Amino acid sequence: MNFPADLKYTKSDEWVRVDANADTATLGISDYAQNALSDIVYVELPSVGDAFQKGDSFGSVESVKAASDVYLPAGGTITAINEALSSTPEVVNSDPYGQGWMVKWTLSKLSDLDGLMDAAAYQKYCDERKQ
Amino acid sequence: MSYYLHTETDRTEMLAAIGAKSIEDLFADVPARVRFPKLDVPDPLSELETMRELLDLSESNAEAQHSPMFLGAGAYYHFSPSLVHQLILRGEFLTAYTPYQPEISQGTLQAVYEYQSMICALTGMEAANASHYDGATSMAEAVIMAYSHGREKRKKIVLSPAIHPQYREVVRTYTQGMGLSLVGDEDPENDLPDLVKRLDQDTALLIVQSPNFFGQIENLEGVAEQAHAVGALLCVAADPISLGLLKPPGLFGADIVVGEGQSLGIPLSYGGPYLGLFATRKEYVRKMAGRLVGEAHDKNGQRGFVLTLATREQHIKREKATSNICTNQGLMAMAATLYLSTLGKHGLRKVAELCWHKSHYAAQRIAELPGYEVDTSKPFFKEFVVRCPVSVAEINAHLFNEWDIIGGYDLSNDYANLPNHMLLCVTEMNTREEIEALVEALGEITTG
Repeated sequence: MNFPADLKYTKSDEWVRVDANADTATLGISDYAQNALSDIVYVELPSVGDAFQKGDSFGSVESVKAASDVYLPAGGTITAINEALSSTPEVVNSDPYGQGWMVKWTLSKLSDLDGLMDAAAYQKYCDERKQ
Repeated sequence: MSYYLHTETDRTEMLAAIGAKSIEDLFADVPARVRFPKLDVPDPLSELETMRELLDLSESNAEAQHSPMFLGAGAYYHFSPSLVHQLILRGEFLTAYTPYQPEISQGTLQAVYEYQSMICALTGMEAANASHYDGATSMAEAVIMAYSHGREKRKKIVLSPAIHPQYREVVRTYTQGMGLSLVGDEDPENDLPDLVKRLDQDTALLIVQSPNFFGQIENLEGVAEQAHAVGALLCVAADPISLGLLKPPGLFGADIVVGEGQSLGIPLSYGGPYLGLFATRKEYVRKMAGRLVGEAHDKNGQRGFVLTLATREQHIKREKATSNICTNQGLMAMAATLYLSTLGKHGLRKVAELCWHKSHYAAQRIAELPGYEVDTSKPFFKEFVVRCPVSVAEINAHLFNEWDIIGGYDLSNDYANLPNHMLLCVTEMNTREEIEALVEALGEITTG
C-alpha cells in the first residue's frame, strides 16, 4: 500500500496536495480507499465554480455494489475537475495519487487543513483499521 | 423450482431446534390484547357461494365488452390478443418477483430487457427502465429525476394544464415538502408558447403531454431547444398507441419520456394494475429511478442479463438516491412486451391508423349535429372534445339508459372553463355501427 510522503490525509481517506502558493489544492482518494472499494465504475464530481464548506460532501465514488461520499476537508470553490474520470473511472484504482485526482479548489482558509494526518500517521491509522 | 408443505414432524423439529413449544409462542412479543383479536367478519363461504356473490356484484357494472365504449381519459379500451392473456398466466411469469439472482432468473430478466428495448424503439430514447406503477407515478419520478439532475438547486417545474389532471395531482402529492414550485397549470388556457415563456434559470423541468388530455397533438418543434437554452430538461408524456403513427418524443429532443402502458394489451380492470413507461437518454441514466436490466457476460463468455446500475437505488444510495422506488410492474410489462411482439411495428401502426380514422369519422358525424361543436383547433389522435347542448351528465344518462352506450368523460369535473364539454374516445374496438348509434343517440338531444 502506497502513502506518498508529500501529501496530507483525512480520516475519510482523501489525500490533499497543497500547491506551492498555498491558495489552491488538489484532492483524490487514497490507495487504501481505492483498494477497499474494489473496481470503481463511476465518479460523481461537482461543477467548476461550486462552493463548499469544510466537511461537505462534493461527490461520490461508485463500485458495482457500493457508493461512497467524498468530502472536502477545507472550504472553498472548485476550480477544476478531472473530466477524464467520466470515461475512465478505473484510473482511480490504478493511479489514485496521480491520474486519479478528482478536484482542484481554492482554499478559503488554509488552517482548515491543520487537523489532517501526515503519511506516517495515516499509515498507522490504516493499519489499526485492518485489525 | 418446487415447493413443499411442512409436515407436522417438520414443525415439531423446527420448534424444538429453537426452543419454542408452539407457533403461538413465537408471537409472545405482541401485546396480548392485540395478539389474536376476535375479528368481527361474516362466516366463511364455500367457493361456489363466493363465486355466485361475486358474479352478482360484477353484473351491476356496465363494461366495455357489452356496451359500446366511448370513454377514455387515461384508460382505454383496446384489443388484447388472447396470446397475451394465455402467456402471462404461465406460472413462471405470473408469480415471478424481482430477479435478484440472475442465475435462476434469466427468463424474467430477458423479458424485461426486451421490454426496455421496445420502449426505447417506440419512444426514440436511449434507455428505458423496467417500468413504474402507472403513467402518473412515472411522471412524478421524472420530476424528482430532473430535480436531482439539477443538483437540487433548480426548484421550478413548469407543467401544461393539458396534462391529465390526476397525473398533476400525483406529481403534487409526490413532491410535497420538497420545496418545489409547480407552475403553468393554474390557468387552463395556457398553451405551449405560454409555458415556454415561464422557463428560466430556476426551472428544472418542463412537462408536456402529447397527445394531451384533450386528445390533441401538441407542437413539440423547438420546445426541447428552448428548455435546454435555460438549462432545463423536457419531459413528454405520450400514449404508446399514438407512437405507432406519430413522430416519437425522442426525435423532438425530449430528455425524459413517460406514459401509461395500459393500452398495450392490458385490460381496463376497473383502474389497474397498469404500467408506467419511463425512458431517458444515456447521459441521465444514473439519475433514473426504477429497476434496470442490462446485458452482460458470464465467466464463460455467455450472454446473460442482470439487474444493473444498482448503485442508483436506495438500498445503496440511501437518502441520496433519486427515489425510493425499488420495484416494477413485472407482469404488466410482460403483457406489454407480448402485445408489442405480437402486433409488431406494422400491426401497431395499423391499430393507430384505425383509432385515427374512426375517431375522425365520429368527430365529423357529430359536428354535423345541431347543438354540438367539435374542437378542431388542434389536430387530434383518438380523442376529441365536444361542446354539448346540455350537461355531459345528462347526455351520458341518456346514452346509457336509452341506448346502453358508455359516453365520454365530463370535462367540467376538472376544468371550470369547460362546462358541457365531453371528451370522447374512439378506438379500433368501436365498430361503425356503434359510432352511428352514438351519433343517432346524441342527435336525440339537440337543445336544453
